[in-house]
Amino acid sequence: MALVRIDALHKHFGSNHVLRGIDLDIEEGQVIALIGRSGSGKSTLLRTINGLESFDEGCIEVDGERIHPHETDLRALRQKVGMVFQQFNLFPHLTVGQNVMLATRIVRKLGDAEARELALAMLDKVGLREKFDAFPDQLSGGQQQRVAIARALAMQPRVLLCDEITSALDPELVNEVLAVVKTLAAEGMTLIMVTHEMRFAREVGDKLVFMYQGRIHEAGDPQELFANPRTPELASFIGSIN
Amino acid sequence: MAYAFDFASVLEYREVLVDGTLKTLALTAIGTVLGLAVGILGAVSRAWKLAPFDRLFAVYVEAIRNTPFLVQLFFIFFGLPSLGVQINEWQAAILAVVVNLGAYTTEIIRAGIEATPKGQIEAAQSLAMGRAQIFRHVVLPPALLKVWPAICSQVVIVMLGTSVCSQIAAEELTFAANFIQSRNFRAFETYFVVTAIYFLLAIAVRQVLIQAGQRLIARRTK
Amino acid sequence: MNDISTWDIARNLLDGALWTIGLSLTAFVLGGIAGLLLLFARIARNPLARRLAQGYIEVFQGTPLLMQLFIIFFGGSLIGLEISPWLAAAIGLTLFTSAYLGEIWRGCVESIPKGQWEASASLALTHVEQMRYVILPQALRIAIAPTVGFSVQVVKGTAVTSIIGFVELTKTGSMLANATYQPFLVFGFVALGYFALCYPLSAYSRILERKIHGSRAH
Repeated sequence: MALVRIDALHKHFGSNHVLRGIDLDIEEGQVIALIGRSGSGKSTLLRTINGLESFDEGCIEVDGERIHPHETDLRALRQKVGMVFQQFNLFPHLTVGQNVMLATRIVRKLGDAEARELALAMLDKVGLREKFDAFPDQLSGGQQQRVAIARALAMQPRVLLCDEITSALDPELVNEVLAVVKTLAAEGMTLIMVTHEMRFAREVGDKLVFMYQGRIHEAGDPQELFANPRTPELASFIGSIN
Repeated sequence: MAYAFDFASVLEYREVLVDGTLKTLALTAIGTVLGLAVGILGAVSRAWKLAPFDRLFAVYVEAIRNTPFLVQLFFIFFGLPSLGVQINEWQAAILAVVVNLGAYTTEIIRAGIEATPKGQIEAAQSLAMGRAQIFRHVVLPPALLKVWPAICSQVVIVMLGTSVCSQIAAEELTFAANFIQSRNFRAFETYFVVTAIYFLLAIAVRQVLIQAGQRLIARRTK
Repeated sequence: MNDISTWDIARNLLDGALWTIGLSLTAFVLGGIAGLLLLFARIARNPLARRLAQGYIEVFQGTPLLMQLFIIFFGGSLIGLEISPWLAAAIGLTLFTSAYLGEIWRGCVESIPKGQWEASASLALTHVEQMRYVILPQALRIAIAPTVGFSVQVVKGTAVTSIIGFVELTKTGSMLANATYQPFLVFGFVALGYFALCYPLSAYSRILERKIHGSRAH
């Protein structure tokens, strides 16, 4: 059974119909690359999966947690879905370690020692164990984003959403973040990524989803789609990126 | 004929001065703690539009900010007893300070809360934190930190303003000055010395608050 | 004790309010002029002028208005001047107002981006010309909202002058409260009087502020 099931999802922003019936099943361990032009609905789709955006019709199910339109209690869902943002969104008043431990302590109710150990392990994973006591503004953008990944992983989510996580980075810092994501993919983490890094999508992605005007326009094996786009829209999109 | 200044006659009453100074500080300290609590409640109600409290706090803030502290004090001290509420001069002074500072800090803290970047809240939501947890851990500390200098300034303004509490016979520093000059008949010297004390208090209180703010809210180095 | 009617109370308070308005206007106008001088001293190139202006501002912002009034009142009699409560109130509130306005306006001048100074200097303008044609016109626009906002503090500050015996709104209220034994009613009216004077100024200052921020954003 699919880990994430999205069924006939519709969403409007006022009169703008931004998601026009999305159906998508994601298996455990899959890496999904969501691509498309800005305004195609890809970020909105990603944000509905952990309830940052509401939706009007349809249903989302993650690991047995079903959410319906206008659901307000999303905490159970969010414990299963982690998210990493374009702007990192680290908490500026907390150290790196405190950033990673905050939710594990107050949401997962881990004890101090356990939370600390887990945080160190997660920071190890992203190669920033020694920054435990640093504050976010003392880190580079790439390091901040890696801390944000560690923070999301500490909640031990079933699936991790990545919303253009390299778009705000200077070019020379992109690779250190992508390397971390690559490791996660290799370890079998389920990942849904909105990304503009086409090469990365092709190399690491198990499935490419091309969004166009609020619909999934094409989906399939990344290598194949990049080589032989079936629709002129995808062909033109790939052409415009490269 | 040149006037001979006589400051010694003021310092004879130094115990009265110390007592008044301590009471002014105590009034300020109690008023600050309780006033900040009111301000945080008010700011949350306003920022989160918690009906009906948001409206009540809006009216309260406007009422307090557009009337003099002295009139608020008189209204509390002379007005409440006529409604059957018995209140002594210190209770009235503390209540007036809390009510006054609460209104100003409501607006100051609200501005800090509303300046919270949306991404901070989304990040906390994505970590499955609840509304109260987000407010307590993610929104309030940086908001307080950001507006702390403004809060410190307001506390100093309020402390200097408490000098009018002498008018309801609360025996704080200005009351001490009035008492001394009625004994030594050296009004100018007495008020000069007491003004200097207030000036030093203003500097000291500001410094202490700024340091305390950085310790309590800001970076705790381990 | 009811030989003083509610109407009498209101009429007396209105008389008092006129003195509050008169004192506020006097302090605001004279304080504004003095504040302008302070501003120029505060941003002058002469370090002594800057230091003196800063000291003046710190003293008046760091001590109670009531103490300032007492010192003027009693200090005047020391040097043989018979200072009336009205004069002491006017002088005290003017000095108080000038310190705050000088500081507010300095903030406005300093908020003008450095590039404006550099650009005007590169056009060979003198310091005075830079101020006159480039900096002050921009600072003035920013200064209006906080200046109107501060006028509320001036009006409220006049209440303190009741303590040195100047008969304005608060003093009138105190006397009426004693005479009528109706402090709740009287001070309620007094508070309403201040609110009627201050609220329009607060609201106007907020509108001005929104306008400036709005026009800057676009």
